[in-house]
Amino acid sequence: MLEVKNLKAYIDTPAGIVKAVDDVSFSLKAGETIGIVGESGSGKSVLALSLMQLNPSPPTFYPQGEILLEGKNLLHLKEKELRNLRGNDIAMIFQDPMSSLNPIFKIGTQLMEAIRTHQNINRAEAKKKAIELLKDVGISDPERRMNDYPHQLSGGMRQRVMIAIALAGKPKILIADEPTTALDVTIQAQILDLMKDIQKKYGTAIIIITHDLGVVAQLADKIVVMYSGRIVEEGKTEDIFYHTAMPYTWSLLRSMPRIDTSSRERLIPIQGQPPNLVSPPKGCNFNPRCPFATADCLKIDPSLTERGAGHYAACILSEKTFEEGKLQLENFETKGVPL
Amino acid sequence: MLKRKRNLLSIGILLLITIATITASLWSQTSPSFIDPTLRLLSPSSEHWFGTDHFGRDIFIRTIYAARVSLIVGAVVAVVATFLGTVTGLIAGYYKKADSIIMRIVDGMLAFPALILALALVAALGGSVANIIIALGFAFWPIMTRIVRAAVLQVKNVQYIEAAKTTGASDFVILTTYILPNILSPIIVQGTFTFARAILAEAALSFLGIGVNPTTPTWGNMLQEAQIYISMAPWFSIFPGLGIVLTVLALNMLGDGIRDAFDPHAKKQLKKRKKVSQQKYA
Repeated sequence: MLEVKNLKAYIDTPAGIVKAVDDVSFSLKAGETIGIVGESGSGKSVLALSLMQLNPSPPTFYPQGEILLEGKNLLHLKEKELRNLRGNDIAMIFQDPMSSLNPIFKIGTQLMEAIRTHQNINRAEAKKKAIELLKDVGISDPERRMNDYPHQLSGGMRQRVMIAIALAGKPKILIADEPTTALDVTIQAQILDLMKDIQKKYGTAIIIITHDLGVVAQLADKIVVMYSGRIVEEGKTEDIFYHTAMPYTWSLLRSMPRIDTSSRERLIPIQGQPPNLVSPPKGCNFNPRCPFATADCLKIDPSLTERGAGHYAACILSEKTFEEGKLQLENFETKGVPL
Repeated sequence: MLKRKRNLLSIGILLLITIATITASLWSQTSPSFIDPTLRLLSPSSEHWFGTDHFGRDIFIRTIYAARVSLIVGAVVAVVATFLGTVTGLIAGYYKKADSIIMRIVDGMLAFPALILALALVAALGGSVANIIIALGFAFWPIMTRIVRAAVLQVKNVQYIEAAKTTGASDFVILTTYILPNILSPIIVQGTFTFARAILAEAALSFLGIGVNPTTPTWGNMLQEAQIYISMAPWFSIFPGLGIVLTVLALNMLGDGIRDAFDPHAKKQLKKRKKVSQQKYA
């Protein structure tokens, strides 16, 4: 349904051209959930906003690539057609529900406005639909809640309202940009469950953008790992978690707390900072931070290669060297065996 | 806002002046232009509360009638300047390309003192109430544009506006239902100040003799006529002056009051709160 082909989104800054999204391709089928994972500054959000064509332009420009939604290339649509498409075909929810709602209107008004933007119906019908939507997103006593202002709702409820607004146009794709980051853990789980339910009920495809691997593990069918504007690993959720083929993904997984191991393992952060995207390092972008980097990594810029059915990774290390490297590193860390 | 005594006082003054000037012809038989040479330059008395002028006209009646022109000019200029400034400010704040064009024009206009600009315009257009309104409206809108633009820039990157865009809202909808209502308070405050400044400016123009036709009583006209009599008949200049002072003061206090009421960071309120809490815990 959605196909992104060789998309490049560059940002023209005074310091130079930032390659925020660099040659990214992926596809999304109807009703599928895809997780886009990466640390801050890896280009996740720019990618998401590219799909909505909402990156401020200038300075953002798209030197190459296609975003095909059911065959239409979004990069070539006029502003009016795009507006028609936003909310109707693609909707989005944001990280911070605290500031995603207009503070001076009742949530009912905002929800009804969103409904009436997409459907030509009168106020009474819009109100009925709004109440129904609020019920769908699990807000109790929706008739009364319609008259609440955003500040009267908790963060979790606001995020539910945001989801309701996003669903107002019955979108085919829902982009969720870190939808649970600003919420506490119990509410996070509820919101994720809600998104699953919504997907079942409405058949919406979901693109979930996050730095929290726990979130995608729960929700996504497929995971795309981004680093410095590129996809470095892509595959089914199980493959990413259990057959990790790229040192960056492996480091991400190690820096995440796990509850399925009883040992009191220490979390291991990824050293250093994401690279400067104006002048990325020579060779592989991850080489300055990669524990397994070899001399070749400084020269060769790897492209995605197939590692299994539908599992791709961008790394020149062979599976064997990678496994040996991991083992050595773990021995060094736990038993002090020198490298 | 109405709980503050100062705000009530200023609203009271403004209401009193407005009602007095609107109903003036109902409760007073004396015409503001009734001339009686036998009554020239009388000091205030029970018969002529504010005394009489050099033509024997009653200054109290004239001062009341003069408020009409001042209030009409002030109100219309405030509306015109606010409207122009808000529209241009919204456009400048929202569209980057329009921003550079509009703001350069505004900067150019702000380079002239507003009064000098109005003076030049009135001199070119001729002195009538309508022309003064045009001139002052033209002179005051750039300030409003700046304020609105600054407010828009603050609001426009807030997430709810981006969220609105993702639901497919058009620019017009975003400007009118998301941005404008959220920046109303600085607009209202600045509008009130524009009101006061327009009254002052109209008085100044009339005083300089290029304002409203001298046969129409306005505070500025009266002051101009009074200036040669200032040592002989001080009441002649004091009362119209008092009219200006009271109106402008009331408007400025009201503007301050509105700002305090709308702006949670206002210092005065903080001070008040501190005092209250100190008393509570003392």
